[in-house]
This record gives sequence, structure tokens and C-alpha cells, in this order.
Amino acid sequence: MSKQQVKPDFFDKPENISKMLKVFYGVCILLVVADFMVHRHIYHSWENIPAFYAVYGFIGCVMLVIVAKAMRKVLMKEEDYYDK
Amino acid sequence: MISSLPMLPPFLPLLIGCIAALVLRGHLRSAIMLLAPIWGGLQLAGLEPGIYWSMDFMGYQLEPVRVDKLSIMFGYLFHLAAFIAVVYALHVKDTLQHVAGLSYAASALGAVFAGDLLTLFVFWEMLALTSVFLIWARRTDRAYSAGMRYLIMKVLSGVLLLAGAIIFIKHTGSARFTEIGLEHDGALSLGAWLIFLAFGIKCAFPFLHNWLTDSYPEATPTGTIFLASFTTKVAVYALARGFPGTELLVWIGVTMACFPIFFAVIENDLRRVLAYSLINQVGFMVVGIGIGTSLALNGAVAHAFNDVIFKGLLMMSMGAVLHMTGRINGSELGGLYKSMPKTTILCIVGAASISAFPLFSGFVSKSMIMSAAVAQGYDVVWLLLLFAAAGVFHHAGIKIPYFAFFAHDSGIRTTEPPHNMLLAMAIAAGLCIAIGAFPAHTVYALLPWEATYQPYDITHVLTQLRPTETMMAWVAVLLTGILLLYYI
Repeated sequence: MSKQQVKPDFFDKPENISKMLKVFYGVCILLVVADFMVHRHIYHSWENIPAFYAVYGFIGCVMLVIVAKAMRKVLMKEEDYYDK
Repeated sequence: MISSLPMLPPFLPLLIGCIAALVLRGHLRSAIMLLAPIWGGLQLAGLEPGIYWSMDFMGYQLEPVRVDKLSIMFGYLFHLAAFIAVVYALHVKDTLQHVAGLSYAASALGAVFAGDLLTLFVFWEMLALTSVFLIWARRTDRAYSAGMRYLIMKVLSGVLLLAGAIIFIKHTGSARFTEIGLEHDGALSLGAWLIFLAFGIKCAFPFLHNWLTDSYPEATPTGTIFLASFTTKVAVYALARGFPGTELLVWIGVTMACFPIFFAVIENDLRRVLAYSLINQVGFMVVGIGIGTSLALNGAVAHAFNDVIFKGLLMMSMGAVLHMTGRINGSELGGLYKSMPKTTILCIVGAASISAFPLFSGFVSKSMIMSAAVAQGYDVVWLLLLFAAAGVFHHAGIKIPYFAFFAHDSGIRTTEPPHNMLLAMAIAAGLCIAIGAFPAHTVYALLPWEATYQPYDITHVLTQLRPTETMMAWVAVLLTGILLLYYI
């Protein structure tokens, strides 16, 4: 236990984090490429749009964060808001 | 041996467990509390569909115990949830919490096996009256106030249900709880709408949902596990029974799936993040009920089953963090993987399941609901559910494990939670993987409506794996692997 506290851990080293991120970006690119090569049985014509899921997922997540950040300005209250 | 025992109402074994918790102490109490859900679950296995008990009440036929495939499925789920929650709470020495937890679980069972509206009302109210003590048991001013607000909403739901039921019974001449629907005229329409609204409050429909995000995070670490398992799932059951194929539910459900994710992204209390996420997952189920095809309905109840387990697992992991550190705000936590590696891994299994990662339990049921939406021409709904699924991944899949266990090191050094808490999480995690890997032999063998579905074709795998999600899901898988290497 005490040894762990002194020694920097796997996730404490920036080079490990950057290696992991590279792996994830690689997986990400591979999946988009696979989308062009693997023939999928699709349900919806929108799924024919190249890299539909990648683009939609990206736009969705970016929008989610931007909107949520704007909402924070309106919604955020002090911890003791109701006690005042 | 079991079949030779007299047939008991399904809620009775847990009620006996509750009485044992009240009068017994020590290991004997623990043993009986653990045996009660096992006994109840085994008894269910011997039940044939049918009406087991009926009586006359003011000229109407009451059927307090009705067994069919839908009620049996929820029956198994609630016994499983009760067992996991009891294991998780074994270290607690507070009699109030044990009694409240088991009587609450027993009420949920009574509600799903109720064959008529009046019996349903009785258990509906008992759900409220028993569960509020799990909030008050935190014994803080905040919990007391949140519990009062919770109780007011729940009693309102009960009053609406009773009023609606009386109108409905008087005009139809039957008390039986079966399909109600909203397509009626005159007073009958009013009755149906009142019942719909009563179910809607418990189901946390938009604008009727505040009780949930207000009170669940104020309950005790162990109490929240019970709370997250029963009330909303009883409401999902009631909607599936009373209002299948009601189109309004599709739009209510899709709103429920989408709006909480914005709040979950900015919320700091990690158990409150999960409370928002609970509404979001119930939204998927409500959409399935609204679509009303057998694929959609099966998807809805299967997702209810899975959600109790993976949301329970996530809540348990955050409960363990709160129990060990006394803190639950994301901004005050971080780096806990160093001192709670097992809890970290178990939390990541829950995160992968709620994110519908292949081979984990959320994958199949979420795909069923989304396929059903496309099949019925709900294009916009499908697109919004896709967005909601990405949002779940963002706040429940990534935010929860990241802020609690990784992020910046908060300097908190603690230990793993008590063994019983770890065991309860391990059982839930094992179930998430077992259901995800062998869907046809587990939850999907219990589905109430006739349908065939092949979950693992290539479309579903690639569809559910949107690249942004994949990247993040791989984080989860890799972290699990790395942690396993380091600590086990």
C-alpha cells in the first residue's frame, strides 16, 4: 500500500497516457475504414451515408458538451441556494 | 421439495424476510434475509400462469395474485435485485434500513402480480411508504427534506391511481388490470388519463421526474440500490401492461432519453449523475412500450431487466466510494483506482454494460428497441435514441469511472469496501457479462411476447460501436486489462 503511494503509477506517467491515446485513435480510424469495406445489412437509408455513425457520434457529442456548458450558466446554483 | 410446499403469494417470502430483519439480530438475521429472495425466486419457478387467488369486494372480483409471463419476468428480476441489494447491505447494522428495503422489495412484487387495479393501488402506496425510509435513514436534514418531497409526489401518484381506478372500474364493471389505453370517451377517458398520469409520476415522465433526481442521491449508500431497482421498473411494468402501443409514449420516452443527458454532463454529485442516467434508460423502455410491437415490448422489458443490474452495479460502485471516502462529488474525487482497484474494475463492467458495448448486457436490449423504432418508421426517434445512447456513454460510461477512479489524483487513500459490498458488485458484474455473452439462454428466454431476434448480426455490432464510443469503450476495456495485470 505505502509502496504504491510513493511510486508513480501507470496512469501517472504522461508517456503511457499518450501511448494509450494513440491506440484509441488507431482503433477509431480502423473502424471508420471498416465501415467502407464491410458490407452491412442496413435498416435505414441514412446508414448509406459514408461514415454516418462516426460523423453523427462526433457531432452529437460536441453538441452535447457545448449545450450543457451553456446550460450551466443558467442552471448552476450555490450549494446553499435554498438556505438563503 | 419446493413443490411440496404450499403455494404462497409471491410477495410473502420477502415479507417474512422483512419480519425476520425486524425481530432477529446477528448472523441469523443475515441468513434469513439472504434466504428470503432465494426462496421466493425458487417458488416462482414452480408457478404456472393463472389466477391464484380471487375474492369479492363490493361486488367486484379482485384478483390479488395473477401470474403470467410478464409478471413472472419482473418477479424474477425483483428477487434477483433484492438478493443483490441484501448482500450489498449486509454490513449495515441499521434495522430500519433492512426492514424498509425488504418490505419495499415485497411491495414491488405485490404490484407486479396484482391482477386488479385496487390491489395494484395498495402495493403502489406501500412502495412509497416503505421506500421513503431508505432516504430518511441517511439521517441528515437534506435527506429528511428530500424524503418529504419524495413522499408528497408518491402520495399524489397513489391518489391519482385510486381516482382513475374507481372511475375505470365503475364504467367498465371490471376491476381487472389489463390493457387500458387512452382511446376512450367521456368519464372513462378521464379515468384512463388519471391512471396514465399516476404511472407517469412513478416512471419519471418529463416535468414529473424531479422527485427522482432530488431524492435518490440523498438516500443511504445501500438504500439507493433498492430505490434504483424497484419504483421506476414497477412503473415500466404497469405501462407495458396498461398502455402498450400508446403512441404518445414514444415521444415521452424519447424526451426522457434525451433531456437528462445534458443535466448529467454538468452534474457534480456522481450518484445524481446516475439518477439522471436512470431516467434516460427508462426513456428507452418507454419508447419501446409506445411502439408496441412484440420486438419493441420485449426490448423494453429486457432493457428493464438489464438496467436494474447494470445501473445497480454503477450505483453500488459509487455507494462504495461514498461509504469509504465520505465524498461523492466528482470534483473532490479522483485517483481512487490506486486504493480501490477491484471496485474500479467492477464499475467499468457496469459502465461498459450501460454503454451497450458488445458482449455486455445493454447491447442486445437497446438494439431491439432501436431496430423496432426503424421498423415502424420512427426515423427521428431512431436518430434521437442514437444521440441518447452516445450521451449515456459520455456521462455514465466515461464520466463516472473517470472522475471517481482516475482524473487527477485527489490524494485520497482508502481501502476496498467491505467484502459483502464487493461480492454484491461481483454478482452484478458477472450477470452483466453472462447476459451479454449468452442472451438467448438468460434474459431472452423469459421474454413475454412471441418474437425472434438475432442480436449479433454485423449491423448491430457496427451500429452500436459508433467510433467515438468505440474509442471510449476501448479505454474501459484496456484499463480493465491493465488494472488486472497490476493488481490481481
